Amino acid sequence: MALVELRDVHKTFPATRGGTAVEAIRGVDLSVEAGEIVGIVGYSGAGKSTLVRLINALESTTSGSVRVDGREITTLREKELRQVRLGIGMIFQQFNLFDSRTVWGNVAYPLQVAGVSKADQARRISDLLHFVGLADKAHSYPDQLSGGQKQRVGIARALATSPSLLLADESTSALDPETTEEVLALLRRVNRELGITIVVITHEMEVVRSLAHRVLVMEAGRVVEEGPTLEVLSAPQQPVTRRFVGTIIDDEPAPEVLDALRARHPGRFVKLAFRGSETRQADVFAELLRREVRFELVYGGIEEVQGDTFGNLTLALDGDAAAVDDAVNALADLVPTQELAR
Amino acid sequence: MNLDTNLPDLWSLVWQATFETLYIVAITLFLGGLLGLLLGLALYVTRRGGLYASRAANLTLNVLVNFFRPIPFVIFIAAVQPLARVVVGIGIGNRAIIFALTLAAAFGISRIVEQNLVTVRPGVIEAARSVGASRLRIIGTVLVPEALGPLILGYTYAFVAIVDMSAIAGVVGGGGLGNFALQYGYRQFDTVVTWTAVLIIVVLVQLVQLLGNVLARRVLRR
Repeated sequence: MALVELRDVHKTFPATRGGTAVEAIRGVDLSVEAGEIVGIVGYSGAGKSTLVRLINALESTTSGSVRVDGREITTLREKELRQVRLGIGMIFQQFNLFDSRTVWGNVAYPLQVAGVSKADQARRISDLLHFVGLADKAHSYPDQLSGGQKQRVGIARALATSPSLLLADESTSALDPETTEEVLALLRRVNRELGITIVVITHEMEVVRSLAHRVLVMEAGRVVEEGPTLEVLSAPQQPVTRRFVGTIIDDEPAPEVLDALRARHPGRFVKLAFRGSETRQADVFAELLRREVRFELVYGGIEEVQGDTFGNLTLALDGDAAAVDDAVNALADLVPTQELAR
Repeated sequence: MNLDTNLPDLWSLVWQATFETLYIVAITLFLGGLLGLLLGLALYVTRRGGLYASRAANLTLNVLVNFFRPIPFVIFIAAVQPLARVVVGIGIGNRAIIFALTLAAAFGISRIVEQNLVTVRPGVIEAARSVGASRLRIIGTVLVPEALGPLILGYTYAFVAIVDMSAIAGVVGGGGLGNFALQYGYRQFDTVVTWTAVLIIVVLVQLVQLLGNVLARRVLRR
């Protein structure tokens, strides 16, 4: 049984004065298995922030079913929902720490809500602050911390009541690249060492690449593409997915880049898609050499996704026209090949 | 300028008036402050997107506050005199003036409270909701503490406004420095007595403002 299960969920925000109703979520199905890290990407306004708030019922659904740990939560009352929320941690882009409380007080808050005894609170807070590496900052106030430290406090606070699920809403979007990596590493530990399932909302593909086992792409309130991260990154299907993937991976030269390349390199351009260990590049290059076709690597690279590699390499092939024709056909048998039309 | 003065004979009255002002203002600040806090919280939480969002309740509260707040205090005292007789049993004197002041202060303070609460980042309220805190708990443990610094400054401002309003107490037989200044200073053409009352009020206000600043700075840690 999935830890989180959404079925045909819709969410419409009623019209405000002078505005129209907004259909934020238009029929989403989503399953999150216990122990996995799921990334949800999309541009602002795609509905991903709303979607994640349906999981802990910070927003109510207009229709459809939301199950958390097998329990239908759309019909629960506010008091019962508070119990559900105790089992779901959440971290935010702007950290949302309580400025009036110290680091210790921030982490204590969910425990106070849960009615945990003072002695147990102290033990738990101390453990958590050690886990996130902020034991020495216990008595600091949020405004005395850096962005990365604030998010680590946010993570400690979200984990205080030992939830089985952590929702991360653009949790690294306000951080610089180095701090982002630090927070992502911490989230990986949360997943690996504590076995906590994570749903991460982001518009940064780098976050998906380094963290998510599985990725969903949202556009206009719908999930338009989903699959294992390696698959989606190496072979994006939808235009919106390609745009996202294009932000981190030199997949295929953009038209203006292609024109510039053609001006410098004679011959036909083919894009070869290497996936993991399916095809060895050595075989491809040997084939071209054997057919006496001159080739040049003009675009692309080898990408790494959580231990797996793939690459889209664009080659310019030059030589006897018939030989190049034969070579293109021969390559197609070895590796997914796509000729880049003029 | 006439500097002949009866001040040397009036010192005991000066201290009595000072005490009366402090007494009237303290009770008003406490009761009106509490009522104003509740009213301000109600105004805030019923706003769109608030913890208890309700358009009808918010509109009602706004109309109520907007109705009473612009009434000049000297007219307000007269207007609520019948109500004072019912609630505190008397329409004149310090009790009546405290009643009227408390009401007027509550409406004014409610706006100060509302203004300061809207500066609390909605995100921290969402964070508290996300850990399963109830709405009442959020009001008490997140909303008010997060806005405490500005609230203290707001209440300090309210103190000065109450001192100002209390000066008019004389019209319904109330006491205090304002009444003393009018009765023994202005009407006796005794400028020295008037200015003595003024100076005491200035010193009081300065002291309370200082206290407010220190408290707010401690809470805000800056």
